[in-house]
Amino acid sequence: MSALSGLLRKEVYHILRDRRTLTVLVLLPVVQVILFGYSIRTDVSDVRLAIVDPAPDATTLALRDRFTASGVFRIVAVLRSERELDALFRTDTAQVAIEFEPGFAERVARGETARLLVIGDATEPNSGTARQSYVTAVVQQYESEQAGHRGGIRILPEARARFNPTRASANLFVPGLMALVLMIISALMTALSLTREKETGTLEALLVSPLRPWQIIVGKVAPYLVIGFVSVLLVLLEARLVFHVPIRGSVTLLLAEGVLFILVALALGILISARTSSQRVAMMTAMLATMLPTQILSGFVFPLESMPMPLQWLANLVPAKWFVLIARGIMLKGVGITYLWQETLVLVVMALVLMTAASRSFSARLQ
Amino acid sequence: MTLRGPSFAFLRRTTVLARAEVLHVVRDRATLAQIVMLPIIQLLVLSNATTFTIRETPVWVVDRDQSTESRGLVDRLGASGYFRIEGASMSGEPANEAMLRGDATLVLTIPTDFARDITRTGSAPVHFDVNAEKGAAAGVVQSYASQIVAAYARELEMERRPRQSLVRDVPSGMQAPTTTGGHIEAVARSWYNPALNYKHFMVPGILVALVSMIGTLVTAQNIAREKEMGTIEQLNVTPITRAEFIAAKLLPFWVLALLDLALGLAVGHLVFGVPIRGSLLLLFASAGVYLVVALGIGLFISTMVETQQQAMFVTFFLLMIYLLMGGLFTPIDSMPRWVQLLSELNPIRHFATIMRRILMKGAGLDDIARPLGILALYATLILTVAIRRYRKQTA
Repeated sequence: MSALSGLLRKEVYHILRDRRTLTVLVLLPVVQVILFGYSIRTDVSDVRLAIVDPAPDATTLALRDRFTASGVFRIVAVLRSERELDALFRTDTAQVAIEFEPGFAERVARGETARLLVIGDATEPNSGTARQSYVTAVVQQYESEQAGHRGGIRILPEARARFNPTRASANLFVPGLMALVLMIISALMTALSLTREKETGTLEALLVSPLRPWQIIVGKVAPYLVIGFVSVLLVLLEARLVFHVPIRGSVTLLLAEGVLFILVALALGILISARTSSQRVAMMTAMLATMLPTQILSGFVFPLESMPMPLQWLANLVPAKWFVLIARGIMLKGVGITYLWQETLVLVVMALVLMTAASRSFSARLQ
Repeated sequence: MTLRGPSFAFLRRTTVLARAEVLHVVRDRATLAQIVMLPIIQLLVLSNATTFTIRETPVWVVDRDQSTESRGLVDRLGASGYFRIEGASMSGEPANEAMLRGDATLVLTIPTDFARDITRTGSAPVHFDVNAEKGAAAGVVQSYASQIVAAYARELEMERRPRQSLVRDVPSGMQAPTTTGGHIEAVARSWYNPALNYKHFMVPGILVALVSMIGTLVTAQNIAREKEMGTIEQLNVTPITRAEFIAAKLLPFWVLALLDLALGLAVGHLVFGVPIRGSLLLLFASAGVYLVVALGIGLFISTMVETQQQAMFVTFFLLMIYLLMGGLFTPIDSMPRWVQLLSELNPIRHFATIMRRILMKGAGLDDIARPLGILALYATLILTVAIRRYRKQTA
């Protein structure tokens, strides 16, 4: 046992001495929370609007005022013809444009249909169409006010955003962020630290020492488990203090699931290190096998439902997907283990399978 | 033709060293795999995964009215292709359960008297409960559902119009006579991406992420490796100057990253039909400038670190900030003002702008002059600083 504690002490010294890595490890989650909190937003505001009005008249001027008054739009240019529009879009000076047909007010007065083109920059389709529908809404409102006495049928949808009424993005990404941080620290760092011993040949020295293989693994892995756990606490604390992210369910359950996820990630890290011989290969494997899937296929930023079927199946193999479901369930929905036992079971199975595989390939190397 | 001695020596030494570097890369399967496999995997997986398109969102219906009108609304929702009716119940409890289990993303509640209210007053409420756990997708789901409801209301109105027009002519007196009968029709046009294909937006962004990774990560790692293995000392005692060393180190990766961009662009164009509307020459010229920035950052990082592990971490950390704040996946216009200003410092933002403008909008040199100018400025700055630091540190 004293041999193990010696190895542990060595490992802790290693980590503490490497200030740069440690700084990044500590800063990473802290900065990430801030970044995600501000970068992942999809609200439409301050839209740059261009107007193409070949023959301004009372109605088109009134409509233009409506856009300025709406608070959402800023008119960046008023053009006479559509020809100059392309240049405005190409430099992103305008994001959406409306083009009135000539004789607009006259047509309206004569009771004809006056046409109005809403041209959106659909380079990014979702915000493109969102801006277009904002424009259309302003026009429709203007029209219904002008023709107020015409009673059309209206169905008024009242929308409620369950589990996250303010739609704060922080509430959504914090669970995914915890998964990402844990993957970086537990899987990537473990894999790198073990392969470095291999690369520099010091692993052989450890192997001929009286330490048993499992003790080597525990000694290498335990410090990262602690760091991982501490960063989860940090992320949660920061999310709570800065973005007021709720934890509606049991904190104990959340932390326990966190430990379960760390075990999965550590097993992955050991497995990668056992199968690779250089830090570079380990790094690349870890990136491909852990980081990318955690970022992309966990449903943390991009909705899994929108993906093609093969990717959705593949996502089932990504531990982070299950952890994100669990963490969101506990934090946002406030549900307990009765709703989450399936996801938890998946993680437990993953942990067992990966650990068996990891210890197999690690001891196979020893022979 | 006479070549001055020093500049000839510079060229010769640089080529020799660069050749050694290329041999290293080609021989080292890990690096080669990193450079060839990563783009293809990233493109194929990412372009399919990073989408906010809504298809077959599971809906639970609580239809308390059970009228022709309410069933009509449910049918329209189910037939739209965006939604799939997961289940229906008369009370709200099963709907709540479905949402807690995560089986339903949207709950549509139609109150009793829905049909009666429409007939009598012309207006009736419905309730949407969106599972906001789904983030951005929840907003899209809600707006799609609202659009379907609005379309259905218009449909109902059309059906009833003949009857209604008889009672409609109640004079309001309030209205100016000029605006009575007229109708304004708003027609929406989506430029540059009429099919609203999300991949056309994502692929250029993914390519930017890709060349940034290759440029910055591989450079930082490569020089850190020479440090870790001690071979940098050997190079330092050779007659090679710092500038030659750096040029020889950066050149192969610069070329490789450009090749990668070409490869990725070909895949994007052929497989995903991403348009190439502008000049390819301009695109690659801009990429060349941007890559100097990316490689320079890699070089700068390598001067700050001791080991490959550190190099990777610092690079990863920086790239993550750059990528997230670069408008690759989420539009910069939706970010708070101060973040937008800060992102001007982000080279990835400018390169992504250039890529999308050239590829999707067919922009020419004057349309991208500003971002390109900024990139050129950064390229000069970062290279100067990195070389300075490199000298100071190893001198």
